[in-house]
Amino acid sequence: MGAGHAHKLYRHGHSPVHALPPHTKLAAVFAFVLVVVSTPREAMWAFAVHAGLLAVVAYTARVPAGFLLKRLLIEVPFVAFAVLLPFVAEGERVDVLGLSLSVNGLWGAWNVLAKGTLGVAASVLLASTTELRELLLGLQRLKLPPLLVQIASFMVRYGDVITGEMRRMRIARESRGFEARGLKHWGVLAKSAGALFIRSYERGERVHLAMVSRGYAGSMPVIDEVTASRAQWSYALTLPCAALAVCLLGWML
Amino acid sequence: MHAPDGFINAPVSAAAGLVAVGAVAVSLRGARRELDERTAPLAGLVAAFIFAVQMLNFPVAAGTSGHLLGGALAAILVGPYTGVLCVSVVLLMQAVLFADGGLTALGVNITDMAIVTTVVAYALFRTLVTVLPRTRRSVTVASFIAALVSVPASALVFTLLYAIGGTADVSLGKVVTAMVGVHVLIGIGEAVITALTVGAVIAVRPDLVHGARGLRQRLKLRVNGELVDAPETGPEPVPVTARGQRRFWITGLAASLVLAGFVSFYASADPDGLEKVATDHGIDEKAREHAIADSPLADYGVEDVDDARLSGGLAGVIGVGVTVVAGTGVFWVVRRRRTGEEADVTSPSGTSV
Repeated sequence: MGAGHAHKLYRHGHSPVHALPPHTKLAAVFAFVLVVVSTPREAMWAFAVHAGLLAVVAYTARVPAGFLLKRLLIEVPFVAFAVLLPFVAEGERVDVLGLSLSVNGLWGAWNVLAKGTLGVAASVLLASTTELRELLLGLQRLKLPPLLVQIASFMVRYGDVITGEMRRMRIARESRGFEARGLKHWGVLAKSAGALFIRSYERGERVHLAMVSRGYAGSMPVIDEVTASRAQWSYALTLPCAALAVCLLGWML
Repeated sequence: MHAPDGFINAPVSAAAGLVAVGAVAVSLRGARRELDERTAPLAGLVAAFIFAVQMLNFPVAAGTSGHLLGGALAAILVGPYTGVLCVSVVLLMQAVLFADGGLTALGVNITDMAIVTTVVAYALFRTLVTVLPRTRRSVTVASFIAALVSVPASALVFTLLYAIGGTADVSLGKVVTAMVGVHVLIGIGEAVITALTVGAVIAVRPDLVHGARGLRQRLKLRVNGELVDAPETGPEPVPVTARGQRRFWITGLAASLVLAGFVSFYASADPDGLEKVATDHGIDEKAREHAIADSPLADYGVEDVDDARLSGGLAGVIGVGVTVVAGTGVFWVVRRRRTGEEADVTSPSGTSV
């Protein structure tokens, strides 16, 4: 995949974070999220420090705050759930601005919001500083089964093709005067979905034949093995280690 | 429905992660049986299809619209193993690329959205197809019911995980009512779309629908004015020997039980506590009483660490139990279907993951 095929979540750059090997970044993000999840929710300051750590990473990676915040919108459904929590949860209640809220519910809402947001922010930073191909190489390096990595790589490689096909089918429908307005149009849409499945499956068969004719025998050749030096590992793992220190402090204080 | 980080506590997430890893490993083997060496490109393209079709909006009314979840559709169109793989890969990519669903919640998400929907849908679908008359219409009907049930089933499993390891303190009754209520509605939509889509594929390429493979009409020849069955020419799909499957099955079961047992052993300082927690969680009134008590389940107090660990072990055992029950259902149905056509038994092709 050349330059034109970078996914739109990726921000091209040359920062130290961009330059890190992908598997170190994946490991670091996963460890960081793990540490965040196991931080006690009563230690509110700890989450502020976690957020500060992520802000430092974002600054180092030169990812603008606006970009990061816009991508955080994916969380909105769970924010709605979190807002509901204080009203429906059990336990002793407190009065805030005339509303009777559950203390446990407030803690639960805070817990979901803080940890969810930090997790999403960490994933967004990973996706915006790592190319798609690199991510897959990183997953392979982290000992994900090769078959699974291949399936994932075919999915991302042809994801845009299939989505484009769906878009063309929509344009074809609309240019013939079709507009989906209600339940009675589901049949047409489902037929489109069925046609899309057949086209995807047949494309898969063609891709397989093309691969076989080029010598595919069950595994993809690894051309560029990614490696990480000790310095790169320690640089990447600074983030989870710092977070771990904060987490431990949170437990002790 | 993608759970974010911190929604389910760490031990239960880890247990769900183990279940997910086991199921994906089994599916990787199974998918090779379904698709042989074409697995990578075909499963990849089907995953891309699931990913794309989730973006297809079905208008409901007054500006609202729904979309397909795809677990049942994948299971019926390409088979349960490939279905689990495709939906899992879609979830993995959504978590890593789009930050949709937390990384630590990936196990939970894969368990309830990829494994439960696919396995429940396929088991139900297979049962219905064997019971109903062998026509195309019954395939459509079966896929409707399979998809209809799969969505609330997934919601129930999510609620179960939430009951064991939820970090918020909502009474179980409320969660069950809300989750199942909403997801029955979603399930109806899912069912209609799935049935219509399966119907559309069957009308054009019935050979592509994995669930409709048994429906192929035998070729008839007219010999001297009488219809006779044509002799079988094409190679039969190689059936896997029952013994090989059974050995694999027993190994998997033993491994998961050992894992779950290890987790619960590690977790339980006091064996009686496990039963206590089980009853606490099983009964709604008790759960409510528990919530009113001063030390809530989801708190991170010293006693509650114990509690959380216990729940982890419990989740492992329950996870294995659910998987075993669901898996046995599928296995039983598949074997029953195969006994009819199992003329000659050849050894399984030696695939390794």
